[in-house]
Amino acid sequence: MTAVIENLDPLLRALGTTVLILVISAAGSLVLGVLITVARVSPIPVLRGAAWAYVQVFVNVPLLALLLLAVFALPDAGLLMPLTTTVIVVLTVYEAAYVAEAVRSGINTVASGQVEAARALGLRLSQTLRHVVVPQAVRAVVQPLGNVMIALLMNTALAATVGVVELTSAVNKVNLVAAQPIPIFTAAGLTYMALALAIGLAAGRIEKKVAIHR
Amino acid sequence: MTTPMVILRGVDKHFGELHVLRSIDLEVAPREVVVVIGPSGSGKSTLCRTINRLEPIDSGEIRVDGQPLPAEGAQLAQLRADVGMVFQSFNLFGHLSVLDNVMLAPLKVRKVGKATARTEAMALLERVGIADKADRFPAQLSGGQQQRAAIARSLAMHPKLMLFDEPTSALDPEMVNEVLEVMTSLAADGMTMVVVTHEMGFARRAADRVVFMDAGQIVEVAPPAGFFDATRSERARSFLSNVLAH
Repeated sequence: MTAVIENLDPLLRALGTTVLILVISAAGSLVLGVLITVARVSPIPVLRGAAWAYVQVFVNVPLLALLLLAVFALPDAGLLMPLTTTVIVVLTVYEAAYVAEAVRSGINTVASGQVEAARALGLRLSQTLRHVVVPQAVRAVVQPLGNVMIALLMNTALAATVGVVELTSAVNKVNLVAAQPIPIFTAAGLTYMALALAIGLAAGRIEKKVAIHR
Repeated sequence: MTTPMVILRGVDKHFGELHVLRSIDLEVAPREVVVVIGPSGSGKSTLCRTINRLEPIDSGEIRVDGQPLPAEGAQLAQLRADVGMVFQSFNLFGHLSVLDNVMLAPLKVRKVGKATARTEAMALLERVGIADKADRFPAQLSGGQQQRAAIARSLAMHPKLMLFDEPTSALDPEMVNEVLEVMTSLAADGMTMVVVTHEMGFARRAADRVVFMDAGQIVEVAPPAGFFDATRSERARSFLSNVLAH
Protein backbone atom coordinates (compact mmCIF):
# COMPACT_ATOMS: atom_id res chain seq x y z
CA MET A 1 0.00 0.00 0.00
CA THR A 2 2.97 2.35 0.67
CA ALA A 3 3.77 2.51 -3.05
CA VAL A 4 0.29 3.81 -3.76
CA ILE A 5 0.43 6.43 -1.01
CA GLU A 6 3.91 7.58 -1.96
CA ASN A 7 2.84 8.03 -5.57
CA LEU A 8 -0.58 9.46 -4.81
CA ASP A 9 0.07 12.67 -6.67
CA PRO A 10 0.89 11.22 -10.13
CA LEU A 11 -1.75 8.52 -9.66
CA LEU A 12 -4.46 11.09 -8.94
CA ARG A 13 -3.34 13.08 -11.97
CA ALA A 14 -3.61 9.90 -14.05
CA LEU A 15 -7.07 9.22 -12.62
CA GLY A 16 -7.96 12.76 -13.66
CA THR A 17 -6.91 11.91 -17.22
CA THR A 18 -9.05 8.75 -17.16
CA VAL A 19 -12.09 10.72 -15.95
CA LEU A 20 -11.43 13.46 -18.52
CA ILE A 21 -11.30 10.93 -21.37
CA LEU A 22 -14.41 9.22 -19.96
CA VAL A 23 -16.52 12.36 -19.59
CA ILE A 24 -15.68 13.94 -22.96
CA SER A 25 -16.01 10.68 -24.91
CA ALA A 26 -19.27 9.87 -23.09
CA ALA A 27 -20.83 13.22 -23.97
CA GLY A 28 -19.51 13.06 -27.53
CA SER A 29 -20.63 9.49 -28.17
CA LEU A 30 -24.11 10.14 -26.76
CA VAL A 31 -24.64 13.11 -29.08
CA LEU A 32 -23.10 11.39 -32.12
CA GLY A 33 -24.94 8.14 -31.35
CA VAL A 34 -28.34 9.85 -31.20
CA LEU A 35 -27.61 11.64 -34.50
CA ILE A 36 -26.71 8.29 -36.09
CA THR A 37 -29.97 6.80 -34.79
CA VAL A 38 -31.97 9.68 -36.23
CA ALA A 39 -30.27 9.02 -39.59
CA ARG A 40 -31.00 5.32 -39.21
CA VAL A 41 -34.75 5.75 -38.75
CA SER A 42 -35.04 8.66 -41.20
CA PRO A 43 -37.07 8.26 -44.39
CA ILE A 44 -33.99 9.13 -46.52
CA PRO A 45 -32.34 5.94 -47.89
CA VAL A 46 -28.85 7.46 -48.28
CA LEU A 47 -28.79 8.58 -44.64
CA ARG A 48 -30.11 5.22 -43.50
CA GLY A 49 -27.43 3.38 -45.47
CA ALA A 50 -24.62 5.60 -44.23
CA ALA A 51 -25.70 5.18 -40.59
CA TRP A 52 -25.96 1.43 -41.04
CA ALA A 53 -22.47 1.28 -42.57
CA TYR A 54 -21.07 3.43 -39.75
CA VAL A 55 -22.43 1.09 -37.08
CA GLN A 56 -21.20 -2.01 -38.93
CA VAL A 57 -17.66 -0.63 -39.26
CA PHE A 58 -17.20 0.42 -35.65
CA VAL A 59 -18.94 -2.56 -34.07
CA ASN A 60 -16.87 -5.00 -36.12
CA VAL A 61 -13.37 -3.52 -35.77
CA PRO A 62 -11.46 -3.97 -32.47
CA LEU A 63 -10.98 -0.76 -30.53
CA LEU A 64 -7.25 -1.46 -30.11
CA ALA A 65 -6.87 -1.69 -33.89
CA LEU A 66 -8.65 1.65 -34.26
CA LEU A 67 -6.45 3.26 -31.62
CA LEU A 68 -3.23 2.00 -33.23
CA LEU A 69 -4.50 3.12 -36.60
CA ALA A 70 -5.31 6.61 -35.32
CA VAL A 71 -2.10 7.04 -33.35
CA PHE A 72 0.40 5.57 -35.81
CA ALA A 73 -1.21 5.72 -39.25
CA LEU A 74 -3.09 9.03 -39.24
CA PRO A 75 0.05 11.15 -38.62
CA ASP A 76 1.51 9.48 -41.71
CA ALA A 77 -1.50 10.74 -43.59
CA GLY A 78 -0.82 14.23 -42.29
CA LEU A 79 -3.23 14.29 -39.35
CA LEU A 80 -1.35 14.84 -36.10
CA MET A 81 -3.25 15.50 -32.86
CA PRO A 82 -2.16 15.37 -29.22
CA LEU A 83 -2.32 11.77 -27.93
CA THR A 84 -5.12 12.31 -25.43
CA THR A 85 -7.21 14.13 -28.02
CA THR A 86 -6.68 11.28 -30.48
CA VAL A 87 -7.83 8.74 -27.91
CA ILE A 88 -10.91 10.82 -27.06
CA VAL A 89 -11.86 11.11 -30.73
CA VAL A 90 -11.41 7.37 -31.34
CA LEU A 91 -13.40 6.40 -28.23
CA THR A 92 -16.15 8.85 -29.20
CA VAL A 93 -16.65 7.53 -32.73
CA TYR A 94 -16.29 3.93 -31.52
CA GLU A 95 -18.78 4.11 -28.64
CA ALA A 96 -21.21 6.18 -30.72
CA ALA A 97 -21.90 3.03 -32.75
CA TYR A 98 -22.93 1.20 -29.56
CA VAL A 99 -24.97 4.17 -28.35
CA ALA A 100 -26.76 4.21 -31.72
CA GLU A 101 -27.59 0.51 -31.41
CA ALA A 102 -28.93 0.97 -27.86
CA VAL A 103 -31.08 3.98 -28.81
CA ARG A 104 -32.41 2.23 -31.89
CA SER A 105 -33.46 -0.77 -29.83
CA GLY A 106 -35.24 1.67 -27.50
CA ILE A 107 -37.19 3.17 -30.38
CA ASN A 108 -38.10 -0.35 -31.47
CA THR A 109 -39.65 -1.02 -28.05
CA VAL A 110 -42.31 1.63 -28.73
CA ALA A 111 -45.19 -0.32 -30.23
CA SER A 112 -46.26 0.66 -33.73
CA GLY A 113 -49.79 1.14 -32.38
CA GLN A 114 -48.55 4.18 -30.45
CA VAL A 115 -47.45 5.82 -33.69
CA GLU A 116 -50.69 4.85 -35.43
CA ALA A 117 -52.79 6.30 -32.62
CA ALA A 118 -50.82 9.55 -32.73
CA ARG A 119 -51.16 9.83 -36.51
CA ALA A 120 -54.85 8.96 -36.34
CA LEU A 121 -55.32 11.90 -33.95
CA GLY A 122 -53.76 14.25 -36.49
CA LEU A 123 -50.31 14.69 -34.95
CA ARG A 124 -47.62 15.41 -37.53
CA LEU A 125 -44.58 13.13 -37.77
CA SER A 126 -42.37 15.50 -35.77
CA GLN A 127 -45.05 15.86 -33.08
CA THR A 128 -45.48 12.10 -32.99
CA LEU A 129 -41.76 11.61 -32.42
CA ARG A 130 -41.52 14.38 -29.86
CA HIS A 131 -44.63 13.74 -27.77
CA VAL A 132 -45.14 9.99 -28.15
CA VAL A 133 -42.12 8.01 -29.40
CA VAL A 134 -39.09 9.66 -27.81
CA PRO A 135 -40.48 9.98 -24.27
CA GLN A 136 -41.23 6.26 -24.28
CA ALA A 137 -38.03 5.18 -26.03
CA VAL A 138 -35.88 7.03 -23.48
CA ARG A 139 -37.26 4.89 -20.67
CA ALA A 140 -36.16 1.67 -22.30
CA VAL A 141 -32.73 2.94 -23.13
CA VAL A 142 -31.31 4.36 -19.87
CA GLN A 143 -29.93 1.11 -18.48
CA PRO A 144 -28.41 -0.14 -21.79
CA LEU A 145 -26.78 3.28 -22.24
CA GLY A 146 -25.40 3.00 -18.71
CA ASN A 147 -23.80 -0.28 -19.75
CA VAL A 148 -22.30 1.33 -22.86
CA MET A 149 -20.83 4.05 -20.64
CA ILE A 150 -19.35 1.47 -18.28
CA ALA A 151 -17.80 -0.30 -21.27
CA LEU A 152 -16.43 3.07 -22.34
CA LEU A 153 -14.82 3.50 -18.93
CA MET A 154 -13.13 0.09 -19.23
CA ASN A 155 -12.02 0.94 -22.75
CA THR A 156 -10.21 4.09 -21.59
CA ALA A 157 -7.56 1.71 -20.19
CA LEU A 158 -6.56 0.89 -23.77
CA ALA A 159 -5.21 4.44 -24.01
CA ALA A 160 -2.24 3.10 -22.00
CA THR A 161 -1.17 1.03 -25.00
CA VAL A 162 -0.64 4.12 -27.14
CA GLY A 163 1.24 6.13 -24.52
CA VAL A 164 -1.42 8.16 -22.71
CA VAL A 165 -0.67 8.30 -19.00
CA GLU A 166 -4.07 7.46 -17.59
CA LEU A 167 -4.80 5.29 -14.57
CA THR A 168 -3.72 1.90 -15.97
CA SER A 169 -0.57 3.29 -17.49
CA ALA A 170 0.29 5.13 -14.25
CA VAL A 171 -0.14 2.15 -11.95
CA ASN A 172 1.92 0.08 -14.36
CA LYS A 173 4.74 2.62 -14.09
CA VAL A 174 4.50 2.75 -10.29
CA ASN A 175 4.70 -1.03 -10.17
CA LEU A 176 7.80 -1.12 -12.38
CA VAL A 177 9.61 0.82 -9.67
CA ALA A 178 7.97 -0.44 -6.46
CA ALA A 179 7.28 -4.04 -7.49
CA GLN A 180 4.18 -4.38 -5.29
CA PRO A 181 1.75 -5.67 -7.93
CA ILE A 182 -0.99 -6.92 -5.59
CA PRO A 183 -1.77 -3.69 -3.68
CA ILE A 184 -1.09 -1.48 -6.69
CA PHE A 185 -3.28 -3.25 -9.21
CA THR A 186 -5.95 -4.00 -6.61
CA ALA A 187 -6.19 -0.30 -5.85
CA ALA A 188 -6.52 0.48 -9.57
CA GLY A 189 -9.15 -2.24 -9.99
CA LEU A 190 -11.17 -0.92 -7.04
CA THR A 191 -11.00 2.59 -8.48
CA TYR A 192 -12.42 1.40 -11.82
CA MET A 193 -15.09 -0.53 -9.93
CA ALA A 194 -16.09 2.55 -7.94
CA LEU A 195 -16.41 4.60 -11.14
CA ALA A 196 -18.44 1.86 -12.85
CA LEU A 197 -20.73 1.58 -9.81
CA ALA A 198 -21.24 5.34 -9.86
CA ILE A 199 -22.30 5.17 -13.54
CA GLY A 200 -24.60 2.22 -12.80
CA LEU A 201 -26.21 3.97 -9.83
CA ALA A 202 -26.71 7.17 -11.83
CA ALA A 203 -28.38 5.17 -14.62
CA GLY A 204 -30.61 3.45 -12.07
CA ARG A 205 -31.70 6.79 -10.59
CA ILE A 206 -32.43 8.28 -13.99
CA GLU A 207 -34.36 5.17 -14.95
CA LYS A 208 -36.52 5.43 -11.83
CA LYS A 209 -37.16 9.09 -12.49
CA VAL A 210 -38.47 8.51 -16.01
CA ALA A 211 -40.21 5.19 -15.29
CA ILE A 212 -43.78 4.63 -16.46
CA HIS A 213 -46.18 4.28 -13.55
CA ARG A 214 -47.89 0.91 -13.31
CA MET B 1 -79.50 14.67 -50.95
CA THR B 2 -76.64 15.48 -48.59
CA THR B 3 -73.08 14.47 -49.50
CA PRO B 4 -72.11 11.12 -48.00
CA MET B 5 -69.61 11.32 -45.13
CA VAL B 6 -67.56 8.52 -46.64
CA ILE B 7 -67.36 7.36 -50.23
CA LEU B 8 -65.28 4.39 -51.38
CA ARG B 9 -65.24 3.75 -55.09
CA GLY B 10 -63.47 0.83 -56.74
CA VAL B 11 -61.00 0.51 -53.88
CA ASP B 12 -58.33 -2.15 -54.39
CA LYS B 13 -55.51 -3.11 -52.08
CA HIS B 14 -52.89 -5.85 -52.06
CA PHE B 15 -50.58 -7.05 -49.30
CA GLY B 16 -47.94 -8.58 -51.54
CA GLU B 17 -49.66 -11.52 -53.21
CA LEU B 18 -52.78 -11.20 -51.08
CA HIS B 19 -55.65 -9.25 -52.63
CA VAL B 20 -57.19 -7.87 -49.40
CA LEU B 21 -59.69 -5.44 -50.90
CA ARG B 22 -61.37 -6.16 -54.24
CA SER B 23 -63.09 -3.20 -55.90
CA ILE B 24 -64.91 -2.03 -52.78
CA ASP B 25 -67.82 0.39 -53.24
CA LEU B 26 -69.42 1.82 -50.14
CA GLU B 27 -71.08 5.04 -49.03
CA VAL B 28 -71.76 6.12 -45.48
CA ALA B 29 -74.29 8.89 -44.93
CA PRO B 30 -73.90 11.52 -42.21
CA ARG B 31 -75.24 10.23 -38.86
CA GLU B 32 -75.30 6.72 -40.24
CA VAL B 33 -73.90 3.74 -38.32
CA VAL B 34 -72.41 1.09 -40.59
CA VAL B 35 -71.29 -2.15 -38.98
CA VAL B 36 -68.84 -4.28 -40.94
CA ILE B 37 -68.73 -7.98 -40.13
CA GLY B 38 -67.09 -10.99 -41.68
CA PRO B 39 -64.64 -13.79 -41.02
CA SER B 40 -60.99 -13.14 -40.06
CA GLY B 41 -58.92 -12.14 -43.05
CA SER B 42 -61.95 -10.91 -44.97
CA GLY B 43 -60.39 -7.44 -45.21
CA LYS B 44 -62.80 -5.66 -42.89
CA SER B 45 -60.11 -4.16 -40.64
CA THR B 46 -58.10 -3.09 -43.68
CA LEU B 47 -61.20 -1.45 -45.11
CA CYS B 48 -61.67 0.52 -41.89
CA ARG B 49 -58.03 1.59 -41.86
CA THR B 50 -58.06 2.85 -45.44
CA ILE B 51 -60.66 5.48 -44.56
CA ASN B 52 -58.13 7.62 -42.65
CA ARG B 53 -55.28 6.34 -44.83
CA LEU B 54 -53.51 4.36 -42.13
CA GLU B 55 -53.47 1.89 -45.02
CA PRO B 56 -52.82 3.48 -48.40
CA ILE B 57 -54.78 1.92 -51.27
CA ASP B 58 -53.53 0.67 -54.64
CA SER B 59 -56.32 2.05 -56.76
CA GLY B 60 -59.80 3.50 -56.47
CA GLU B 61 -61.05 6.58 -54.69
CA ILE B 62 -61.87 7.46 -51.11
CA ARG B 63 -63.59 10.67 -50.08
CA VAL B 64 -64.29 11.85 -46.56
CA ASP B 65 -66.91 14.59 -46.25
CA GLY B 66 -66.62 15.22 -49.99
CA GLN B 67 -62.86 15.66 -49.90
CA PRO B 68 -60.52 13.13 -51.55
CA LEU B 69 -57.93 11.67 -49.15
CA PRO B 70 -54.73 13.73 -49.49
CA ALA B 71 -51.26 12.16 -49.66
CA GLU B 72 -49.17 11.83 -46.48
CA GLY B 73 -48.40 15.26 -45.06
CA ALA B 74 -49.95 18.23 -43.28
CA GLN B 75 -53.27 17.99 -45.15
CA LEU B 76 -53.68 14.34 -44.27
CA ALA B 77 -52.90 15.11 -40.63
CA GLN B 78 -55.67 17.73 -40.75
CA LEU B 79 -58.15 15.23 -42.15
CA ARG B 80 -57.17 12.60 -39.59
CA ALA B 81 -57.79 15.14 -36.83
CA ASP B 82 -61.43 15.18 -37.96
CA VAL B 83 -61.76 11.40 -38.11
CA GLY B 84 -61.69 9.56 -34.79
CA MET B 85 -60.25 6.09 -34.62
CA VAL B 86 -60.54 3.43 -31.93
CA PHE B 87 -58.19 0.47 -32.10
CA GLN B 88 -58.51 -3.12 -30.99
CA SER B 89 -55.46 -2.73 -28.74
CA PHE B 90 -56.51 0.69 -27.37
CA ASN B 91 -53.10 2.24 -28.10
CA LEU B 92 -53.30 4.71 -25.25
CA PHE B 93 -50.03 6.58 -24.82
CA GLY B 94 -48.31 4.63 -22.04
CA HIS B 95 -46.26 7.49 -20.64
CA LEU B 96 -49.22 9.82 -20.16
CA SER B 97 -52.04 9.81 -17.62
CA VAL B 98 -55.55 9.14 -18.92
CA LEU B 99 -56.32 12.86 -18.72
CA ASP B 100 -53.14 13.78 -20.62
CA ASN B 101 -53.96 11.14 -23.24
CA VAL B 102 -57.27 12.88 -23.88
CA MET B 103 -55.73 16.37 -23.82
CA LEU B 104 -52.67 15.74 -26.03
CA ALA B 105 -54.20 16.11 -29.48
CA PRO B 106 -56.48 19.08 -28.61
CA LEU B 107 -53.43 20.87 -27.18
CA LYS B 108 -50.95 20.05 -29.94
CA VAL B 109 -53.15 19.76 -33.01
CA ARG B 110 -56.09 22.08 -32.29
CA LYS B 111 -53.97 24.45 -30.16
CA VAL B 112 -56.75 24.65 -27.59
CA GLY B 113 -55.90 26.41 -24.32
CA LYS B 114 -54.87 24.18 -21.44
CA ALA B 115 -57.80 25.07 -19.18
CA THR B 116 -60.37 24.51 -21.94
CA ALA B 117 -58.75 21.22 -22.98
CA ARG B 118 -58.80 20.06 -19.39
CA THR B 119 -62.45 20.96 -18.80
CA GLU B 120 -63.49 19.23 -22.03
CA ALA B 121 -61.37 16.18 -21.31
CA MET B 122 -62.88 15.81 -17.84
CA ALA B 123 -66.39 16.14 -19.30
CA LEU B 124 -65.61 13.40 -21.83
CA LEU B 125 -64.14 11.12 -19.18
CA GLU B 126 -67.28 11.74 -17.15
CA ARG B 127 -69.35 10.79 -20.18
CA VAL B 128 -67.56 7.46 -20.66
CA GLY B 129 -67.70 6.84 -16.91
CA ILE B 130 -64.04 6.97 -15.90
CA ALA B 131 -63.62 10.52 -14.57
CA ASP B 132 -62.30 9.03 -11.32
CA LYS B 133 -59.42 7.42 -13.28
CA ALA B 134 -58.25 10.68 -14.89
CA ASP B 135 -54.91 10.73 -13.08
CA ARG B 136 -54.17 7.04 -13.53
CA PHE B 137 -51.85 5.68 -16.19
CA PRO B 138 -53.19 3.37 -18.90
CA ALA B 139 -51.48 0.28 -17.48
CA GLN B 140 -53.38 0.81 -14.20
CA LEU B 141 -56.76 0.49 -15.91
CA SER B 142 -58.78 -2.54 -16.97
CA GLY B 143 -59.16 -3.21 -20.69
CA GLY B 144 -62.70 -1.87 -20.74
CA GLN B 145 -61.65 1.32 -18.97
CA GLN B 146 -58.71 1.75 -21.35
CA GLN B 147 -60.94 1.40 -24.36
CA ARG B 148 -63.42 3.94 -22.96
CA ALA B 149 -60.49 6.30 -22.36
CA ALA B 150 -59.43 5.76 -25.97
CA ILE B 151 -62.94 6.65 -27.15
CA ALA B 152 -62.82 9.81 -25.03
CA ARG B 153 -59.43 10.64 -26.56
CA SER B 154 -60.95 10.43 -30.05
CA LEU B 155 -64.04 12.41 -29.10
CA ALA B 156 -61.87 15.23 -27.74
CA MET B 157 -61.06 16.16 -31.34
CA HIS B 158 -64.77 16.63 -32.13
CA PRO B 159 -64.60 14.18 -35.04
CA LYS B 160 -67.22 14.20 -37.74
CA LEU B 161 -66.69 10.48 -38.24
CA MET B 162 -65.57 7.69 -35.93
CA LEU B 163 -63.87 4.50 -37.05
CA PHE B 164 -63.90 1.50 -34.71
CA ASP B 165 -61.50 -1.31 -35.61
CA GLU B 166 -62.67 -4.33 -33.56
CA PRO B 167 -62.95 -2.22 -30.39
CA THR B 168 -64.05 -5.09 -28.13
CA SER B 169 -62.02 -8.00 -29.54
CA ALA B 170 -59.21 -7.65 -26.98
CA LEU B 171 -61.56 -7.40 -24.00
CA ASP B 172 -62.68 -9.89 -21.38
CA PRO B 173 -66.33 -10.78 -21.99
CA GLU B 174 -67.58 -8.90 -18.93
CA MET B 175 -65.94 -5.68 -20.15
CA VAL B 176 -67.38 -5.81 -23.63
CA ASN B 177 -70.71 -4.36 -22.58
CA GLU B 178 -69.36 -1.24 -20.90
CA VAL B 179 -67.63 -0.33 -24.17
CA LEU B 180 -70.61 -1.23 -26.34
CA GLU B 181 -72.84 0.94 -24.15
CA VAL B 182 -70.64 3.96 -24.80
CA MET B 183 -70.71 3.21 -28.52
CA THR B 184 -74.48 2.74 -28.53
CA SER B 185 -74.98 6.10 -26.85
CA LEU B 186 -72.65 7.72 -29.39
CA ALA B 187 -74.72 6.21 -32.18
CA ALA B 188 -77.91 7.45 -30.56
CA ASP B 189 -76.41 10.97 -30.40
CA GLY B 190 -76.04 10.93 -34.17
CA MET B 191 -72.32 10.24 -34.61
CA THR B 192 -71.37 8.88 -38.01
CA MET B 193 -69.71 5.55 -37.33
CA VAL B 194 -67.98 2.74 -39.19
CA VAL B 195 -67.65 -0.19 -36.81
CA VAL B 196 -65.74 -3.38 -37.54
CA THR B 197 -66.85 -5.91 -34.96
CA HIS B 198 -67.82 -9.46 -34.11
CA GLU B 199 -70.56 -8.25 -31.77
CA MET B 200 -73.74 -9.32 -33.57
CA GLY B 201 -75.91 -7.95 -30.76
CA PHE B 202 -74.44 -4.49 -31.26
CA ALA B 203 -74.91 -4.76 -35.03
CA ARG B 204 -78.56 -5.66 -34.55
CA ARG B 205 -79.18 -2.93 -31.98
CA ALA B 206 -77.18 0.05 -33.23
CA ALA B 207 -76.49 -0.41 -36.93
CA ASP B 208 -78.36 1.36 -39.68
CA ARG B 209 -76.78 -0.99 -42.18
CA VAL B 210 -74.71 -4.15 -41.88
CA VAL B 211 -71.94 -4.82 -44.38
CA PHE B 212 -70.83 -8.42 -44.73
CA MET B 213 -67.35 -8.98 -46.19
CA ASP B 214 -65.59 -12.11 -47.33
CA ALA B 215 -62.29 -12.62 -49.15
CA GLY B 216 -61.82 -8.90 -49.74
CA GLN B 217 -65.24 -8.31 -51.20
CA ILE B 218 -68.48 -6.83 -49.93
CA VAL B 219 -70.88 -9.74 -50.22
CA GLU B 220 -74.02 -8.27 -48.74
CA VAL B 221 -75.28 -4.90 -47.47
CA ALA B 222 -78.60 -4.69 -45.65
CA PRO B 223 -80.34 -3.14 -42.66
CA PRO B 224 -79.81 -5.35 -39.60
CA ALA B 225 -83.33 -6.76 -39.55
CA GLY B 226 -83.05 -7.86 -43.17
CA PHE B 227 -79.50 -9.06 -42.79
CA PHE B 228 -79.95 -11.21 -39.71
CA ASP B 229 -83.47 -12.53 -40.38
CA ALA B 230 -83.47 -12.81 -44.16
CA THR B 231 -79.84 -13.38 -45.07
CA ARG B 232 -79.55 -13.52 -48.85
CA SER B 233 -76.04 -14.81 -49.57
CA GLU B 234 -75.04 -18.39 -48.81
CA ARG B 235 -71.63 -17.21 -47.48
CA ALA B 236 -73.21 -14.85 -44.95
CA ARG B 237 -75.68 -17.52 -43.89
CA SER B 238 -72.93 -20.01 -43.09
CA PHE B 239 -70.91 -17.31 -41.29
CA LEU B 240 -73.89 -16.35 -39.15
CA SER B 241 -74.78 -19.93 -38.34
CA ASN B 242 -71.20 -20.41 -37.13
CA VAL B 243 -71.00 -17.30 -34.93
CA LEU B 244 -74.55 -17.50 -33.61
CA ALA B 245 -74.42 -21.23 -32.91
CA HIS B 246 -73.19 -20.81 -29.34
